Amino acid sequence: MEDVKAIRNGAKKASDIEEKDRDYYLERRYPAFGNLVPRDVASRAAKERCDAGFGVNETGLAVFLDFKTAIERLGEDVIRARYGNLFQMYEKITDVDPYKEPMMIYPAVHYTMGGLWVDYNLMTTVPGLYAIGEANFSDHGANRLGASALMQGLADGYFVLPYTIGDYLSKKIQAPKVATDTPAFDAAEKAVREKIDKLLAIKGKHTVDEFHKKLGNVMWEDVGMARSKESLERAIAQIAQLRKEFWKDVYVPGENGEFNQEIEKALRLVDFLELGELMARDALNRNESCGGHFRVEYQTPEGETLRDDEKYAYVAVWEYKGADTAPEMHKEELHFEVAHPAQRNYKD
Amino acid sequence: MENNKLMKLTLKIWRQKDAKAKGGFETYQVEGISPDTSFLEMLDILNNKLIHEGREPVAFDHDCREGICGMCSLYINGKAHGPDSEITTCQLHMRKFKDGDTITIEPWRSAAFPVIRDLVVERQAFDKILQAGGFVSVNTGGVPDANSIPIPKADADESMDAAACIGCGACVATCKNGSAMLFVAARVSSLAKLPQGRVEAQRRAKAMVAKMDELGFGNCTNTGACQAECPKGINIAHIARLNREFLSAKFKD
Ligand code: FES
Repeated sequence: MEDVKAIRNGAKKASDIEEKDRDYYLERRYPAFGNLVPRDVASRAAKERCDAGFGVNETGLAVFLDFKTAIERLGEDVIRARYGNLFQMYEKITDVDPYKEPMMIYPAVHYTMGGLWVDYNLMTTVPGLYAIGEANFSDHGANRLGASALMQGLADGYFVLPYTIGDYLSKKIQAPKVATDTPAFDAAEKAVREKIDKLLAIKGKHTVDEFHKKLGNVMWEDVGMARSKESLERAIAQIAQLRKEFWKDVYVPGENGEFNQEIEKALRLVDFLELGELMARDALNRNESCGGHFRVEYQTPEGETLRDDEKYAYVAVWEYKGADTAPEMHKEELHFEVAHPAQRNYKD
Repeated sequence: MENNKLMKLTLKIWRQKDAKAKGGFETYQVEGISPDTSFLEMLDILNNKLIHEGREPVAFDHDCREGICGMCSLYINGKAHGPDSEITTCQLHMRKFKDGDTITIEPWRSAAFPVIRDLVVERQAFDKILQAGGFVSVNTGGVPDANSIPIPKADADESMDAAACIGCGACVATCKNGSAMLFVAARVSSLAKLPQGRVEAQRRAKAMVAKMDELGFGNCTNTGACQAECPKGINIAHIARLNREFLSAKFKD
């Protein structure tokens, strides 16, 4: 703890801490895997250390990742060839040379599991609207591995879509230009205009960014790496409250019909409020821990995720039922024919 | 961390209502800026303040904020992406400035990149160049076995280095001729060095250069300014490769 304080106030550098005084907490907890545990496990462990008061940096929101022994073993050149671009990014952000000093790291939301429902041809429930890459739910399961975003982008874009979209388009080849003078188009246009006008007319006291940060905090604390029934119910209530305040007290400057980034942000935030609430509902429904979804009530005595395959071996598909109506869940059962799910074990 | 003094800065920012309006500089003050703040966060702070004062926030482009998407695009104190090398504006941090500094912030300036508003410019011209040839259209069949086509490491590395281009447009904004040669060269090079892309290399070079000329980008006179300002450090040697592909395509005509 003294070392932590010394580092926070700048009296010590990470490289000053002696080997015997270091706590390699991942290796301590997961001797067989060490730093190679999946990212949800590593992230949770990092947050646990920081929550317990061992975080470094002025904010206390960081743990160290030291490449010293890797550099000694492989040489700086090899590390540079492998991670040079990432190390350069890190140096520019922190002003600390990661080849000399341990890196300060902390988990952050980078992507989400799940996405738009699509069929095997990658078409959404809207005919003709395809969703590929990370936007759809199809390839990644309850957790992500390194580079899965890239993998899915390539797989969908290079190997799937070219063979499926043609099927849809072939039937449309004679179709005339899509008309915009239809009642459906008019209704959609009117709805968007009304929404924007409504946002501009509120003229409240808080900016879109301020509401966005509040939502971010709710998601981070209560729908984050570890969640519970209690935290999720709290989140759902808080988001409902936040949505109310937003529609009463947001201030969106400028006018409609001009290039206005605040309108764009506000419209996105309206979606995020809805999506955040849906994520909380989904997590609340799933009474098990699975992959990145860690419900504190469902864990093994060692603190690992505890699945319930009897009840939850399905993909939850939520159907939108309108702005003020609860969404409806559909289940897509999962069948495992070749590889069967087993309990994760990173201890031995 | 020693340098923990909060900064007060004067910002001279280009404001322009739309493409047709005549723009001009306006001066703003920001205070309490930590040296660890990123440049774009500093602009967020300014905008939040402006909105509370009932004034129009400054429009600027951004997306990933980690140097990989190519959306951010500011000309800061006369340099594309500001006073640090091999970074984008979103990776620039306020520790590169001093308390009391005046910072001048402008949009990319180039005939091919008209201003949309304030610091946001229209970069569709880049998309159009890509649409003209920056792709692979040969059908490579089903999923091949890994490593069934060996690629020399040197070629793969060169291709990857060129592929690092994020299409931000700093090269165009920096070039006194407003040339897009580095951008086009990076695309041509990264694809030409790999087997799938090699097949169409010459046709691609020709199509992309023709589009570039058509869209009003200038000619390359080898000043090398683009390379110096490129956030990804793309080498102008790729321009030589582009010229080679282009010339051999022309000879075949
Ligand atoms: S915002 Fe993506 S590169 Fe700067």
